[in-house]
Amino acid sequence: MPWDLDNERPIYLQLMERIQQDIVSGVYKPGDKIPSVRDLALDAAVNPNTMQKALSELERSGLVYSQRTSGRFITEDAGMLKELKRKLASEHIQTFFQKMRQLGFSDNETLNIIQEVIKGENV
Amino acid sequence: MKPILECRRLTKRYGSFFALSDLTLTLERGQIVGLLGPNGSGKTTLIKLINGLLVPTDGYIAVDGCAPGVETKKIVSYLPDQDCLGDQMRVREAVSLYTDFYSDFSTERAKKMLDALEIDGSLRLGALSKGTKEKVQLILVMSRDARLYVLDEPIGGVDPAARDYILRTILTNYNEEATVLISTHLISDIENVLDHVLFLKEGRLVMNETVDEIRTRYGKSVDALFREVFRC
Repeated sequence: MPWDLDNERPIYLQLMERIQQDIVSGVYKPGDKIPSVRDLALDAAVNPNTMQKALSELERSGLVYSQRTSGRFITEDAGMLKELKRKLASEHIQTFFQKMRQLGFSDNETLNIIQEVIKGENV
Repeated sequence: MKPILECRRLTKRYGSFFALSDLTLTLERGQIVGLLGPNGSGKTTLIKLINGLLVPTDGYIAVDGCAPGVETKKIVSYLPDQDCLGDQMRVREAVSLYTDFYSDFSTERAKKMLDALEIDGSLRLGALSKGTKEKVQLILVMSRDARLYVLDEPIGGVDPAARDYILRTILTNYNEEATVLISTHLISDIENVLDHVLFLKEGRLVMNETVDEIRTRYGKSVDALFREVFRC
């Protein structure tokens, strides 16, 4: 099943996001070995060089590390994983607020709506 | 190491018509490259020059440092844009023809792919549908361990599911040292598997960039950019 990629943004960025997502959601656990570039590229149906670039960038950020002979692994640094989770959360929230602003709600109004919705669900 | 393909001021002229003019281009190893352009922009002309089926009017072309000829045919696996095998031939005869003809041909790989697509080896090519025949030809071409694969419209006639299979076939079978040059109109289908794209317009090379460079710079897909550059 090819990965769901959009048409506007660079492919390697989207591959990075997808792998980060998989790390946060537990598809990959800390210390797990990740599949080879070739297998990942095949799974995503993308060019292997593009996948290579995405993994190199993740490696540069420290989220994955490579061991010369045995492949690439997910970091076991709990602080870094927590940091990633926070970063992704704040990105989602910013996108959400942006959309609410487009609907004409101020950020405070949006906060009120959120609370109403949460209360509504609790009733 | 020499580039797998090098063209310098390559020109092909028919009378006063320039099918290709002044094309300068280098392809490195280990890439999948899209050759894109509207009808009559020179894609097939370039492909035929690479395969020695046409002779340049002017300029230089070399495959792995050699002029196209017997030596380069050993390392170039070519899928023409039309049927190249007789209708009377059976699928398994086509496989043995390729086995005899090309020392880098893997019979085992071809059989595995034919099995995966449930294509019966005893059928005559003339009895196959257009799409199935295209699949057979692509399987033959991708079963070689070539250094340059030149695929002229490999996905034009097949359904979307088979297109996915063919793209997977290309991704699975090419090795990291090999280069694949694919001409097509169906850009959005293959965009994600390409490193580089080349845009040809009226016989000239008007763009030579990576897919992600294009997306970064223009904020749009190669497909969308193509539609803009070549708006009719």
